[in-house]
Amino acid sequence: MGRSRQSDAVRMGLAVLVGLLVIAGAYAIFFVAPMEASQREIQRIFYFHVGSAWTAGVAFLIVFIANIGYLSKRAPMWDRLAVSSAEVGLAFCTVVLITGPIWAKPVWGVAWVWDARLTTTAVLWLLYVGYLLLRSFLDDPARRAVASAAFGIFAFLDVPLVYFSIRIWRTQHPQPVIAGGEGSGLDPMMWRVFLFNWVALLGVMALLIWKRYRVEALLREVEELEVEIAWKEADAASRSVLAGQNN
Amino acid sequence: MNSLRAASIILGKELRTEFRTRELLTTTVVFVLMVLILFSFTFDPTAEEARRYTPGLLWLAFLFAGSLMLFPSFAREQVNDTLDALRMSPAGSFAIVMGKVLANFAFLTLAEWLMLPVFSVFYDVSVLRVLWQLLLVFALGTFGLALTGTAFSAVAAHARMRELLLPLLLLPLLTPVLIASVEATAGLLAREPQFDVTWVKILAGFDVVFLAASYLVADALVEE
Repeated sequence: MGRSRQSDAVRMGLAVLVGLLVIAGAYAIFFVAPMEASQREIQRIFYFHVGSAWTAGVAFLIVFIANIGYLSKRAPMWDRLAVSSAEVGLAFCTVVLITGPIWAKPVWGVAWVWDARLTTTAVLWLLYVGYLLLRSFLDDPARRAVASAAFGIFAFLDVPLVYFSIRIWRTQHPQPVIAGGEGSGLDPMMWRVFLFNWVALLGVMALLIWKRYRVEALLREVEELEVEIAWKEADAASRSVLAGQNN
Repeated sequence: MNSLRAASIILGKELRTEFRTRELLTTTVVFVLMVLILFSFTFDPTAEEARRYTPGLLWLAFLFAGSLMLFPSFAREQVNDTLDALRMSPAGSFAIVMGKVLANFAFLTLAEWLMLPVFSVFYDVSVLRVLWQLLLVFALGTFGLALTGTAFSAVAAHARMRELLLPLLLLPLLTPVLIASVEATAGLLAREPQFDVTWVKILAGFDVVFLAASYLVADALVEE
């Protein structure tokens, strides 16, 4: 009990810290970051959009590591980490897919283009929805952990292949702004605001994964207790039948 | 026991089981045929631009057929718990998986070869002048489909709704195969045939990556 109360306190402290970071990040986006020359105010969604994309990437990387961890060590902790990160990563991926069209519509004139990054994000989203669906359709916890870990490894390995095949298929799309070709790049102040916000989003991610991990652990505990109760009930029922026969 | 020999014994067993009923082969052929006929209603199949869409149509039919037909590969072993017997045999996990992959690859390839002349007649494309290149693209694309489809058939074998789940898991994963096979096929079937090695490399890359992945997770795939 003492340990759990202590970890509650740590989590509370972390939540306050992350909350402050998010507020400070939002302030920086609107009042510190310079105005972009051609896109004006709408460009400020960039900090949230790209930050969420990178955060989703980190979360899916954690899923991949946890999948490998589970298959090699078979400790339940890896499975819990995998499902927690997959759900949180999917949430950030959804944010990317929603903020993308909001940004694209006024700037490009269309909400969606079939470019490599957009299409890869959409496929990535489908793959991790598949991962969670697979889990929800497998009732046995051990089987669920093994099968979803195998699928998760396949899904993660697929992402670069998807990206490169779409990139070759659609060669006419705009150069990436960050780490793109000549003439791309961010204003140093924009970089600082972006990285600050990314750290805030990573904090949100870590907090959510931690919380979800706790929930998953409790769910497994409930599952085990239910099995135990079912055994006891069956045992009591058979005893009463035997007692009835004896009378 | 040598794992190559073990895989070939399992391949033989799968082929015997399939040729007793020919379920997979018949349903795949009929499914692809149905798609080819029904899709002709959604656009003008004789128009010149149809040439650009029909390879996509053909490959979508193959991928959908594969994702629907491959699920019995492992699920079939559950009826009499025969996967336990396979596990107890001296064959390693990877040999079991590869035996099934090769069998499924053989069935799907056979179905595709049967469908190719039909496709050629229906959509007025000449396949003979580029036959070898086309068969190479078919082989590489189909191996990717058979490999991931068989692996996911094991993954989904115990799930509820597994027949529906398999396409949901498999089709997004096959995006690179779809793009590369369609582009390579479209290049070969154009008025001036082009053989673009880039797409062949992507298909080969997909096959190699997932062959290695299957080797590494083979134990998890055939686990009870």
